[in-house]
Amino acid sequence: MFLTYYKETRVSIPKAQLPELYRRLYLCRQFENVTIKLFTNNELPGFLHSQLGQEAIPVAISGCLGDGDFMQPTHRGHADMLSKGMDPRKMMAELYAKKTGYNQGKGGSMHMASVKEGILGATGIVGSGPVISIGVALALQMDKKPNVIVSFFGDGATNEGSVHEAINMAALWNLPIVFVIQNNQFAESTPRKDHQKVDDISIRAEGYGIDGYTCDGNDLFAVYEVASKAIKKARKGGGPSLINAVTYRILGHYVGDPGNLYRDKEEVENAKKRDPLQMFKNKLKEMKALDDAAFKRIESEVDALLDEAVTFGRESPEPQDEELMAYIYS
Amino acid sequence: MAIITYRDAIRDALKEEMARDEQVYLLGEDIAQFGGSYKTCVGLFEQFGKERVRNTPLSEMAVVGCALGSAMLGKRPVAEIMYVDFTACCMSQIVNEVAKTRYMYAGQVEIPMVIRTQGGAGRASAAQHAQSLEAWFTHVPGLYVVMPSTPYDVKGLLKTAIRDNNPILFIEHKLLYNSKGEVPEQEYTIPLGKADIKRPGKDVTILTWSRCVEFSLGAAKELEKEGIDVEVVDLRSLKPLDEETILSSVEKTGHVVVVHEAVKNSGFGAELVALINEKAFDSLDAPIQRVAGEEVPMPFNPRLEAMAIPDSKKVANAVKKVLSL
Ligand SMILES: Cc1ncc(C[n+]2csc(CCOP(=O)(O)OP(=O)(O)O)c2C)c(N)n1
Ligand SMILES: [Mg+2]
Repeated sequence: MFLTYYKETRVSIPKAQLPELYRRLYLCRQFENVTIKLFTNNELPGFLHSQLGQEAIPVAISGCLGDGDFMQPTHRGHADMLSKGMDPRKMMAELYAKKTGYNQGKGGSMHMASVKEGILGATGIVGSGPVISIGVALALQMDKKPNVIVSFFGDGATNEGSVHEAINMAALWNLPIVFVIQNNQFAESTPRKDHQKVDDISIRAEGYGIDGYTCDGNDLFAVYEVASKAIKKARKGGGPSLINAVTYRILGHYVGDPGNLYRDKEEVENAKKRDPLQMFKNKLKEMKALDDAAFKRIESEVDALLDEAVTFGRESPEPQDEELMAYIYS
Repeated sequence: MAIITYRDAIRDALKEEMARDEQVYLLGEDIAQFGGSYKTCVGLFEQFGKERVRNTPLSEMAVVGCALGSAMLGKRPVAEIMYVDFTACCMSQIVNEVAKTRYMYAGQVEIPMVIRTQGGAGRASAAQHAQSLEAWFTHVPGLYVVMPSTPYDVKGLLKTAIRDNNPILFIEHKLLYNSKGEVPEQEYTIPLGKADIKRPGKDVTILTWSRCVEFSLGAAKELEKEGIDVEVVDLRSLKPLDEETILSSVEKTGHVVVVHEAVKNSGFGAELVALINEKAFDSLDAPIQRVAGEEVPMPFNPRLEAMAIPDSKKVANAVKKVLSL
């Protein structure tokens, strides 16, 4: 019940898991790079929020989740989805608004869902996710499942009343849920210091009577450490925790927003120096967990997979006209 | 007259009213340096400063409640809710508080506030960013609902809305922001509750508003080639409603098509049909037709999205149908 700040202690990630975590991290990064390019070339309709630079958070957290566990991504959530195991082909097809996409072209970037794989759709209504996540947690609790849900939201979302309601009720009912703030320092164009007074959002945990952690969201090991603790606790019936994973939104709010009206170039350049992919890779090299050949193999496999995903998305059929009215009611 | 965009006409209206009356202030998400998500407030933060262009946290309930509280003390807030879809997040404030306070207090206060928002489909924004929800608000006594379709109208009506002492939902359309039109350089306002006949005609009356004015004018142009003379009445404000212009057009043509982007079921079009039924039934030569959004959440796929809303062809077909009945 007491506030816990994360300090520099490390539980190491099981060594056997490291190559897979690297693969997922690299996949998330390249998925961002590829989709940004496609969107900029006007190949993808709608709008696109890039998660570039935040990938270590969902990858570390998904590393602590297994079958039967759930996740609710945010509107900036392609890395959330990929890290939990969604198929980049079907994701790409959805971004192309094709029939073969996860939502058959009806959802798009923000609403992609794969409930079977434990991934709820994100919501386009900021702050709406956590109240839904607690319902999933309640159902898991009622069914006496050993599973949990991780509910992601942004620093901006923490100012929505609905997020407050969700955390309070989850705390009260001891629900198996971990609330994770992907604290990328911005809510659209508004820097964090202009949207909330506290520096460390995790101190709010105390007000709900749950554990709060703050960790370096760009350090995959650091996120893994707090997430494994919080998830273990939730699994054992210990109730929710709130994790403030501090990161930085490298790009604009959406692809197309140069992101230069409300922050200094220098701040962005500095943030880029702490690239989570590079940081993880360096660490793995230092630990001699993977050699150059292994990195190369993983990277080229992922690159090939993404090439295939783009082709799949591009060449898949559109939904038929009569599908417009499908799935409104059961 | 200058030719400017709908977006710039909004900005100019805000700027002029803020300069004219220092009680006017803006609040909303990302309206400061960013100039608003749809860039309707560009330059205002720089000109009027952070006290009068108040960038808020992501807190729609607080935005609307705060506007209400300050309006009771004589401020003239213009609150921006980025998408009409997000008014659902602050609906209790709008419906239970803003709309009813003056009445519940038996006139002790006036509520001179505007909630600016935008709706509509056409940008593959999917189900939660593309709705047309005006009927939610016309159903609530105590609110006015204004939905302009041109740069000229949006500027003149926004200025009037800011000066009006009632709470007003001012709903723009995201696909109109880039549309251009003539706007006088000198000051003007447009009264609330006055429809505008965008095209006079004698055969069929189209009652419409917002982006569907464009589709209706497109249809009228096509039909002209076939010798059908369509009158396009742009309601501009749904509440107060210009019954006089509506009814006199109906009396003239005897044929009516209602066109709106919101889904047909329980849409504002149904209200218009009922109104005409009650007040001008004898003028009708045929049953009124409606062209409206399909009864479906907005799909992401752009082709399906286009199918879900009206277009000029659907409007033209309805006009021909009403003439054939
Ligand atoms: C209720 C609601 N208000 C406003 C928006 C518009 N909007 C979309 S994302 C966003 C910023 C969200 O910030 P944050 O929660 O920090 O997430 P991030 O975008 O940084 O990942 C805003 C203002 C929205 N989608 N929903
Ligand atoms: Mg953020």
